[in-house]
Amino acid sequence: MLELENVAYSYGGDDLLTDVNLRLAPGSFHFLTGPSGAGKSTILKLCYMELQPSRGSIRVFDHDIHALTRDEIALSRRRIGVVHQDCQFLDHLTVEENIVLPLVVARRSVEAQSGNLEDLLNWVGLNHVRQSRPPQLSGGERQRMALARAVIMAPDLILADEPTGNVDWEMSERLLTLLIELNKMGKSVILATHDLNLIRNAKSRVSARVLRIANKELQFAGAELS
Amino acid sequence: MAKLLEIFNRVRALLSVDTQADRLVPPTGFTVLLTSFTSGAMAFLAVFTIALSLATGRVADRWASELSQSSTIRISAPAEELDLQTEAVLSVLKTSSGVASARVLGEEEQRLLLEPWFGPELPLDSLPIPRLIEVVENQDGFDPEGLRLRLSAEAPGAFLDDHTRWRKPLVSAANSLRLLGWTALVLIGMSMAAMITLAARAALAANSQVIQVTRLVGARDTYIASAFVRRFTIRALRGSFLGVMVALVVVSLLPEPAEGDTFLTGLSFRGWTWLYPLLIPIFCAVVAFLATRRSAMARLNEVT
Repeated sequence: MLELENVAYSYGGDDLLTDVNLRLAPGSFHFLTGPSGAGKSTILKLCYMELQPSRGSIRVFDHDIHALTRDEIALSRRRIGVVHQDCQFLDHLTVEENIVLPLVVARRSVEAQSGNLEDLLNWVGLNHVRQSRPPQLSGGERQRMALARAVIMAPDLILADEPTGNVDWEMSERLLTLLIELNKMGKSVILATHDLNLIRNAKSRVSARVLRIANKELQFAGAELS
Repeated sequence: MAKLLEIFNRVRALLSVDTQADRLVPPTGFTVLLTSFTSGAMAFLAVFTIALSLATGRVADRWASELSQSSTIRISAPAEELDLQTEAVLSVLKTSSGVASARVLGEEEQRLLLEPWFGPELPLDSLPIPRLIEVVENQDGFDPEGLRLRLSAEAPGAFLDDHTRWRKPLVSAANSLRLLGWTALVLIGMSMAAMITLAARAALAANSQVIQVTRLVGARDTYIASAFVRRFTIRALRGSFLGVMVALVVVSLLPEPAEGDTFLTGLSFRGWTWLYPLLIPIFCAVVAFLATRRSAMARLNEVT
């Protein structure tokens, strides 16, 4: 599904990541952790094809991203749900319209998904603000909205960058539960977070691997959390 | 043919109505005003430039045709021979090919011609004023040298003035005027294209977040570009149509030129030339279409 082989990424002449290797199987759940600025967001952006690696190769759904055309990248992204730390939305659209945006651009019927949308809005606790505009929402609400937008297409892979960063414990639990439920439905998840309690909490409910970025490399860190 | 069909299909796809996609582009904000107002203002100016070009063209045509088709024969002879020579000249003109009509100017007409120099109380009878015959050519025109020879034989006091001396610079001035009109039209067309292009680029730059977000959620480049192209083309079309309509109302309210007025008072359209300004919105729409598409694609290439 997703394969990073000897991937390096440099910015402004500095190596941010060196020799990253990762193979993601369908239905797997990975936590990505590490200190701030270690490169968690960079790895997720590499996986989402927002950044091109300086070295190495990345294969997404069995396609080398170097060989993909822009249209093919767009089509691949429809199979990936992404939650960025700096969530961006279309401010002139309502919360509901922003959430269904991936369906709209993929020319899929929004009406056919209305039941799912209703459930999703209830699950992320945004039903009461569904007609509001993004600038009217709090940071936590924006993150929940980003998560809802990421999963509305029922993607095969979900990349979430600190999705619980601005929400309270209860909402954090709900969002984690949503991701675990999606994982149980066969979706792969990579969740970047520095919240070790969240990881410990999840490990009792899902078979997850924990990856840690240290010294610009990706390491398995499961044992340290148990 | 296949290439044309492909282009047609692509244009049709870009302009086809997709209400969902159209919602991607903010329906309000300064970018709406920017595109619409620029198109409207430039279209307004373009209407006047077309009117000016047509007016200068009309003046040029009038000068050229009036001067080229009329000549004057002046008869200077002793009073007792004047009538005889006039008869002889008219007789020669009747049998000359290329002459449509000829008539002797009456005393009143001659008085009016001389009035600017000698005042209204001019005693024509007491002055040795030459007799004037106005000759109008038909489309074939007459041979001035041949006519001069015949006149010198039949009426020695007759002198043919075919206005060659002063017609040439006037025709040249008229042609320059016509060229000026068309140059102004080309310049305003280029300015209009540049302004609409700049407006489209500025509007796209202001909406860069839309491009970024939609691209990130899996939209194809053509889908995003189409949304902008449709919106901006329609805005340019509407704005320019409004500008043209306002300009046409203003033009229609301009006073009709009186006989002898200069071209500056005759900026109105004539007959089917009223339809010319309707081409302006189409031109604006085409420019907006091309400019937006090009800018959108360039902007998209900056986004992964």
